[in-house]
Amino acid sequence: MDALSMGGYGAYVWSCYGLTFVIVVFLNWRGRLRQKRIYREIEVRLKALEDRE
Amino acid sequence: MKPRQQRMLAVGLAALGIAIAAGLTLRAFQDNMMFFVEVSDVAAGKYPKERNFRIGGLVVGGSVQRDEGSIDIRFEVTDTACTVPVTYSGVLPDLFREGQGVVAHGRMGEDKVFAADKIMAKHDEDYMAPEVADSLSKHQQDIQQAVAKGAVECGTSDS
Amino acid sequence: MWKWFHQLASPPHFYRISLILAPWLGISGLILVAYGTWQGLFVVPMDYQQGDAFRIIYVHVPSAYLSMMAYMIMATSGAIGLIWRIKLSHAVAAAAAPIGAGFTFLALCTGSIWGRPMWGTWWEWGDPRMMSELILLFLYFGYMALRSSIDDTTKADKASAVLALVGIVNVVIVHFSVEWWSSLHQGQTVFKKGTMDADMRIPLFIMLIGFTLLFGSMLLRRIRTEVLYRERRTRWVREMILSPGGGA
Repeated sequence: MDALSMGGYGAYVWSCYGLTFVIVVFLNWRGRLRQKRIYREIEVRLKALEDRE
Repeated sequence: MKPRQQRMLAVGLAALGIAIAAGLTLRAFQDNMMFFVEVSDVAAGKYPKERNFRIGGLVVGGSVQRDEGSIDIRFEVTDTACTVPVTYSGVLPDLFREGQGVVAHGRMGEDKVFAADKIMAKHDEDYMAPEVADSLSKHQQDIQQAVAKGAVECGTSDS
Repeated sequence: MWKWFHQLASPPHFYRISLILAPWLGISGLILVAYGTWQGLFVVPMDYQQGDAFRIIYVHVPSAYLSMMAYMIMATSGAIGLIWRIKLSHAVAAAAAPIGAGFTFLALCTGSIWGRPMWGTWWEWGDPRMMSELILLFLYFGYMALRSSIDDTTKADKASAVLALVGIVNVVIVHFSVEWWSSLHQGQTVFKKGTMDADMRIPLFIMLIGFTLLFGSMLLRRIRTEVLYRERRTRWVREMILSPGGGA
C-alpha cells in the first residue's frame, strides 16, 4: 500500500502518470483515426474512378 | 543573388527581427510582471512602496519561529549578504525548511517586516536518495556558513 | 549519402521505409517506457527533499523535452521545405505539430501537479519558465490554426513554416529561462551541471529514449497520412491502394 500512498503524494504522482498514459493513448488514437479516414476517402474516390473507366 | 538565397535571407531577417522583439518584450515582461526584488535592495530600502512584490532567498538557519497553536510563522530570508524578516500565516509548501530557497510574495510593512501572503519553495537541480544526502550534509554546512558570514557584510557591499 | 537522402525524401520510398520502421520504434519505445515507469514508480529511491513526489520527474521531463524536440523538428523541416522545396519535409512539419502540442500540454499539467505540493503553487503568472512553455502551446495551436485556415497546401506550407521559424525564439527562451531569469523552476539536471544519483538518472534516460521512440512511431504514422493525402492524385498512391493488401 506504500506504493499507492506514495508517502502522501499518491494523488499527485498517480494523476501525473495517469494523465501521461491518457495523452499518449489519445495522440496515438487520433493519429490512427485520421490515417483511416484519409485512406478510406482516397480509396472510395479511386474505386469510383476505376468503375467509371 | 539566386532566388533561393533571397528566400534564405528573408527568412533569416524575419527570424532575427522577431527574436529581438521577443527579447525586448520578455525583458519588459520580467521587470513589470515579476516584481522580484533582491533581499539586499529590500534591506537598503529600495523596493516598491505601496504594492506587492516578490523576494527570494534562503531561509536563515534557526530563524523560524512558529506561534504555539496557530499557523502564524516568522522567519528570516537571506541572499547570503543581507537578511529580511518575513511574517506569514497559512499553509507552507512541503519543501519549506531552514536553509531552503523560498520565494515570498507580499509587501513591506511600516515596521520593516515583509508581510507575505504567499510562500513558495524553490529547490535545486540535485536529486539524491536520503542515505546519500546524509553523507553530503556538508552542502548544508556551506549554506549556513554563507548565511552567517554574509550577514556581516550587509550594507558594506552595498553598491 | 546524398543519394540515399534524396531517395528517402521521395514520398513512395519514404512511405515504404516508414511502414517497416514505425512498428519497431513503437514496440521498443513501449518496452522502454514500461520498464522506466516501473523503475520510476517502484524501484528508484525517493528524493532526500521531495520524497516520493520526485517520481513525477520520470513523466514530466520526457514530455517537456519532447515538447521542444517536436517544435524543432517542425521548424527545421519547415525551413528545409522553404529553402530546398522538398515536399516531404512540409509533411513532416505538419505531422509533428499535433503531437508536439499534446506533449506540451502534458508537460504543463504534470509540472503544475508537481509544483502544487513542492513549490506551494499550481501556477505562477509571470514565471518565465511557465509562461514560455504556455506560449509554446499557443504557438502549436496557432500553427495548426494557420494551416487549416489556408486551403492551398503550398501556401499553407509556406506561411506555417515562417511562423514555426519565428517561434524558435520561444523554444530558446523556454530552454534558457531558468538561467536568464529568476524562475521558481530549478535549473537543468539531465544534460547540465545538476547532479543526480546513477540509480535515479539511468531510468530517466531510459524514459527519455522510450518517449522519443514512441514519439517517432507516432510521427511516422502521421507523416504517412500526410504524404498519402498530398500525393492522393499520383500513380504510386493509386497503385498501392488498389493493389490487393493496400498499404495501411
